[in-house]
Amino acid sequence: MLSNGSRRLILAHFWLAFAAFLLALVLGEWQMYIRSPLHDWISNPELYYRAVTAHGSAMAYVFPLLVAMGFGYAIAELALKQPLIGLRWAWASFGLVVLGTVTAMAPVSMGLASVLYTFYPPMIGNAFFYIGIVLVVVGSWIWVALMGINLNAWKKAHSGEPVPLPMFANVAGAYLWAWTSVGAAMEILFQILPVALGFKSTIDAGLARVFFSWTLHAIVYFWLMPTYIAFYVLVPRAIGGRLYSDAMARISFVLFLVFSMPIGMHHLFQDPQVGSGMKFMHAVFTAMVSVPTLLTIFTICASVEIAGRLRGGKGALGWIAALPWKNPMMLAVAFSFVMLGFGGAGGLINMSYQLDFVIHNTQWVTGHFHLIFGGAIVIMYFAIAYDLWPHLTGRALESVRLMRAQLWLWFIGMLVVTFPWHFVGILGMPRRMAYFDYSHPALAPQAIYVTVTFVGGLLLVASAVLFILVLVRGHLANRITLPEFRFSTPVHATTRVPVALNSFALWIALMIGLTVVNYGFPIAQLMALPQTSVPAVPSVVK
Amino acid sequence: MGIVALLVGMMAYMSLHWASMPPSRIETIDPATLHIAGEFVEANLGSGVEPNGSVTVRVVGNRYSFTPQCLLVPTDTPVTFRATSADVVHGFNIAKTNVNVMLVPGYIATFKTKFKEPADLEMPCHEFCGVGHATMWAHVKVVDKAEFEKQAGGKRRVSCVK
Repeated sequence: MLSNGSRRLILAHFWLAFAAFLLALVLGEWQMYIRSPLHDWISNPELYYRAVTAHGSAMAYVFPLLVAMGFGYAIAELALKQPLIGLRWAWASFGLVVLGTVTAMAPVSMGLASVLYTFYPPMIGNAFFYIGIVLVVVGSWIWVALMGINLNAWKKAHSGEPVPLPMFANVAGAYLWAWTSVGAAMEILFQILPVALGFKSTIDAGLARVFFSWTLHAIVYFWLMPTYIAFYVLVPRAIGGRLYSDAMARISFVLFLVFSMPIGMHHLFQDPQVGSGMKFMHAVFTAMVSVPTLLTIFTICASVEIAGRLRGGKGALGWIAALPWKNPMMLAVAFSFVMLGFGGAGGLINMSYQLDFVIHNTQWVTGHFHLIFGGAIVIMYFAIAYDLWPHLTGRALESVRLMRAQLWLWFIGMLVVTFPWHFVGILGMPRRMAYFDYSHPALAPQAIYVTVTFVGGLLLVASAVLFILVLVRGHLANRITLPEFRFSTPVHATTRVPVALNSFALWIALMIGLTVVNYGFPIAQLMALPQTSVPAVPSVVK
Repeated sequence: MGIVALLVGMMAYMSLHWASMPPSRIETIDPATLHIAGEFVEANLGSGVEPNGSVTVRVVGNRYSFTPQCLLVPTDTPVTFRATSADVVHGFNIAKTNVNVMLVPGYIATFKTKFKEPADLEMPCHEFCGVGHATMWAHVKVVDKAEFEKQAGGKRRVSCVK
């Protein structure tokens, strides 16, 4: 059972997350409209990039961070069955995230920092944009510390017992984020802020890209964490099955910890400041990080099959028909897997750098990460909210039909948005364009696909509105006596786990070690190179 | 199951790997003096024929155009792009080809390729470089090898800028 104090805390996180999400989603749809043939060329493209900056910063930093934090607090109390330690600190951390969001978005909305969420030095925007992001990240570090403290307090009281899987995974996600955010933090603190504040006038753009790549890919695995946690600890219970293997889950989470960081340079395959040897290393490690995902797909499919058979499904495929398809969680996990499959296949293409030549920085990439994040990951955020909501409000969540409609709309909308993006990407359509000259014979055939994505975006907006509606109705419904919150139970009860799968020391050492190896050399090399700093360019010319 | 799929994927990947490489050597250059001296002065930009018969194309990206704005390249000839930026991060891809390069100020990017058949291709800047990013499109004219030799004959550098 969640205490009243924790409920308020978690609801605050979720509501702020979903408000930011809705706002950013509407901005995204507006951008699709502006650059589609349905609209004339925008007279002030700066407005377009202002919207892209807000969309990206809200969707990449604020929304997933708040979901992970809120979900993390819920797990800490529900899985460890002890009151959350550090409630005040948690509110302080929430306050910092709010303050940071406002500080960053003020200059963005004024058009003083249209540099996108990926910063692009030597372009430099208003200092408050970067300071705001630092505040958000510092706020999140408090959450990381709280997750560690809660776990350690539990371990002290339960010496020798296996850490409950939800908390093990949750803390893995927290530690992953702490180390992930270090790359961008170094870029902002040591490179960008000194220039934005006027102490320096030059910056090493190549080195900055290396630092940012450290964060840029691993952050995706951080977005993924709540989704994967839900796969393992919510889905089997919600559909009446068992978790196929508790140990496999733990292995997947520690592998993410180890392999998420030393792979980020696959974002820099076409860059001139990194040698091809390092690019090959990072490509190989990127292949490695597909292992925990493949393990997860296997384990969850097996767990779902158990549910189907427990419900009377027979034969090689008969269990699929026996699954509870009317259950929103069942629907969400199925949609998520379909999108993860397509997105993952696309990702393997990005990873293979000869294939990447064709699609690097085209709309293909936009399609890829929207399908993975917006599709496979976010659809499970919806499912998490639906699953937790009664335990947060103390009221029934009854609009099951609305939930199903919402999930269907999101799934179809996301496919309609991202498939055409992949396609025009292969044709060479570049990203981040405020407008296209559709009268040009080379671009004219692509116009229709851009219009189609706009229609897909409408479905997504409709879905998001439904989502908010379901949650609001949850606050207005009748009070119910809550059953105890349960996580999934594994097929074989977890009585003992090896020390390595019950603690993080080894994996953190590997995580830091591999990052130092794969990033240390290129960073040291660039820092030792003379004449790499170039004049900074203000994003706004007064 | 997963591991098998992974191994197959990795083998396919490895065999492809030896066929071609992404941009490799790290070379630096000062963007503040690009236009005054060295490889990227204006008179040296465009396509030039090397002693070994290959073609080197030198390009500079700056907000919000490429110099030259129209690149002339031959078919069936090894072509090396050497490119850099005079201000912020840019990049370009040439539609329907494998050519894809990031331009980071301070560094020289290289990319080797071959064009198969004559074509008029688009070459947009594909990295966000500021509010005018969407205007930054250049063009590539791939001409028959013989036609290229006729146009380049005797000239040190050639482009299709009119």
